[in-house]
Amino acid sequence: MEEQLKIDFEKKLKDFSYSEQEKKFKQTNFKEFLKQGFPNRKLENWKFSDLNQIIKSNIGELTFYNDYKKENQIDKIELINDLEHNKLIIIDGKIEKIDFKFEEKDKIEVLVEQGEETIKENINSLINLNNAFSNKFCKVIIKKNYSLIKPLVIYHSTNKNTQSKNTNLRIDFKLEENACLRLIDIFKDNSEKNFLNIYYNFELDKSSILKNYKIDKSMNNNVKYSYNNVKQQANSISETFILSSGSKFLKNEINCDLQGQHSSAFVNGIFDLDEENHHEIKSNINHLVENTKSYQLVKSVLEKKSKAVYQGKIFVSSEAQKTDGYQLSNAILLSENSEFNAKPELEIYADDVKCSHGSSSGSLDENSIFYLMSRGLNYKEAKKLLINGFLLDVIEKITDEEIKNLIKNLLGIKE
Amino acid sequence: MRDKQIEDLKDYKYGFSTDIESFKAPKGLNEDVIKFISNIKKEPKWLLDWRLKAFERLKVLKEPDWQKPKYPKIDYQDLYYYSAPKSFKDKPKSLDELDPKLLETYQKLGIPLNEQKRLNGIAVDAVFDSVSVATTFKETLTKQGIIFCSISEAVQKHPELVKKYLGTVIPLTDHFFATLNSAVFTDGSFVYIPPGVRCPMELSTYFRINASDTGQFERTLIIADKGSYVSYLEGCTAPMRDENQLHAANVELIALDDAEIKYSTVQNWYPGDKDGKGGIYNFVTKRGLCKGKNSKISWTQVETGSAITWKYPSCILKGDNSIGEFYSIAITNNHQKADTGTKMIHLGKNTKSKIISKGISAGFSDMTYRGLVDISPKATNSNNFTQCDSLLMGNKCGAHTVPYIKNKNSDSNIAHEATTSKISEEQLHYCQQRGLNPEEAVGLIVNGFCKEVLQQLPMEFAVEAQKLVGISLEGSVG
Repeated sequence: MEEQLKIDFEKKLKDFSYSEQEKKFKQTNFKEFLKQGFPNRKLENWKFSDLNQIIKSNIGELTFYNDYKKENQIDKIELINDLEHNKLIIIDGKIEKIDFKFEEKDKIEVLVEQGEETIKENINSLINLNNAFSNKFCKVIIKKNYSLIKPLVIYHSTNKNTQSKNTNLRIDFKLEENACLRLIDIFKDNSEKNFLNIYYNFELDKSSILKNYKIDKSMNNNVKYSYNNVKQQANSISETFILSSGSKFLKNEINCDLQGQHSSAFVNGIFDLDEENHHEIKSNINHLVENTKSYQLVKSVLEKKSKAVYQGKIFVSSEAQKTDGYQLSNAILLSENSEFNAKPELEIYADDVKCSHGSSSGSLDENSIFYLMSRGLNYKEAKKLLINGFLLDVIEKITDEEIKNLIKNLLGIKE
Repeated sequence: MRDKQIEDLKDYKYGFSTDIESFKAPKGLNEDVIKFISNIKKEPKWLLDWRLKAFERLKVLKEPDWQKPKYPKIDYQDLYYYSAPKSFKDKPKSLDELDPKLLETYQKLGIPLNEQKRLNGIAVDAVFDSVSVATTFKETLTKQGIIFCSISEAVQKHPELVKKYLGTVIPLTDHFFATLNSAVFTDGSFVYIPPGVRCPMELSTYFRINASDTGQFERTLIIADKGSYVSYLEGCTAPMRDENQLHAANVELIALDDAEIKYSTVQNWYPGDKDGKGGIYNFVTKRGLCKGKNSKISWTQVETGSAITWKYPSCILKGDNSIGEFYSIAITNNHQKADTGTKMIHLGKNTKSKIISKGISAGFSDMTYRGLVDISPKATNSNNFTQCDSLLMGNKCGAHTVPYIKNKNSDSNIAHEATTSKISEEQLHYCQQRGLNPEEAVGLIVNGFCKEVLQQLPMEFAVEAQKLVGISLEGSVG
């Protein structure tokens, strides 16, 4: 793999005329990735999901070079019909189309091809990989006091003939004071056996609101990793909802720094897994100042040989008095071979806090099934009804009505 | 008067050092020292080979570093691995022959070693720096066929039992500290309860580290044969010394069909002074194997001492319908650090486990609960319930919860809950209004917080533990 990496990186550097500074940035990150390689189970954060192994067994040899000069056809992508929205279309890690047709033009600023690199901290080797190979930088700025009228949908797609490829994407978002953004991520996988590496950076100014809905529904054989880095100022709210279902492997990592007073973070997730899929959600909520709040709810329904992992961490620094942190994960195992692993973690250094977590896993309640069947439902219907009810708890947490309905339709839940 | 009492209690009550000449092995860790230990204990060859095998393995192993409390590197070559009071070279035949100073030490500790205290009904196997001092109540126990002696004695008298079970729960090739113990263990207790016997009294050991620069490496092996029951108490104290001392014990429990073992610990090693200087490193491996059907192992621990406590008493639930329980109170004050919890490994069908953990941290201390619940695919219809609560006093200390939960069986249920909070102003106010001073009020509330675990302790210990809880938190309020 190392050979391939070096060749592809050389090609990549030649493709664009990077400034010296950019070049240096890319090279440092590349070296760091070469040193560390893909994360494996020896790393605490990857204990339950050995990415190195997963890539080896599902993809084999990866290539890392993408020709960003090539035009991709975007008309093949199925778009969401029943919801009016702004679009951002990404094919093989390249932004093909940005369309904010429902919005006031001067309220949104999109910086593309500008070589500003802000993040220097070492998070993990995948971020290094992303920094080294991602296309030019893109930053979306929502101006002060502006709320987007329609949600922004980001379509993540791949070309049909793309295979065994690693694609990297990085987008930064800045929400200025009192701004509001609803963001939906949808995967449209046209090809198989690729490794998608996505890295979002959010800056939330005072009183801004971010709602991020990540939807991975259609069955596909890709391996994906997504990292959300959220920094929140006073009174800001971030809401993240993850529907984790279709991909072969998907790890969503959410890192939330609550830096301003009265800021709050919500992370809700659903694992709806089948076949041999293996998904993970890892959250890090860092309460850094007083009076912050976080709430996490993750529910899983696991069929066949699927495996779900939830690692949620609440960190409370010694300054962060009056923190309210809550975390709950429930799992239903429907098959003998399914597996649920959880590591709900609390790290607390302040005494006047209210933090708790709960986790449970088990089978469907036989008594409830019996009750429903005695009222005329067959086993399948009874099971479906119970599972829908179980998942509805999380869906009800979605604060946006339009998007709530969209997700309900996707999961086939009717009221 | 009261103030004076508190003042007395504040200082480490057991911090006296007995002036007895020690008989030590040369400093350092090498084959010769292991041979020396083995030789002096007149061990058979298989045990020496076993020790050497562990030592070979030790050379490959690295010290683990994933734990929360970090400590300065230990120089294993700078420790004494064997230390016995000199006057012990010829073992005493009865209590009267014991060094009076030793008896005095035990009296200070309040161990019922002598005749009159026999009424307390505890059989004590006191371990003084690695060599078993005297074993009381032997006769009563022998009548029932119960073997309760030091492990070195068991090696001589019951080699077949030791050979059969030693290292079956904690194998030679386990982690660093367990393997270190396998190579250099000096003494410890051995208990065998024959089939169908209910041990008539609580068995008890008191550990005490006396000589400085010595590591204490006990090895305890408890076997409960079919249908038997035993309750075992372990208490620990150590004198005050500036340097840190290492304590790396191994405890193995084996419960066969229908047997039950109850193991209670009150750990009160010297925690270091107010600035975190000195104190014991308590790195202990405790593991129980529910080998037979319907067997049960229950761990209860009250951890108030040690500079660093790092241990996870575990249960391997191999037999069908077996039960594992873990009740823990961990209290850290000043600069103490604790990383403790349990592992419940469900292998058999219909196995059940229950974990109740209460952590209290005050001062500058750090408390971590780390636990594993693992239900394997074959452990159908298994159940686990975990509850871990933490109480924080002040904003200089930390409380952390790191549970690992693995469920690979769809017919099994796991429930886990954890909370972290502080003592509410209302509760404190209420207590003070009724005439308690702040410290008493905190003591009362903390005892209530720990009640679920304290209830699990045998009578004799429960009283001591309650007092300990109070002593440990002295000075943390206000």
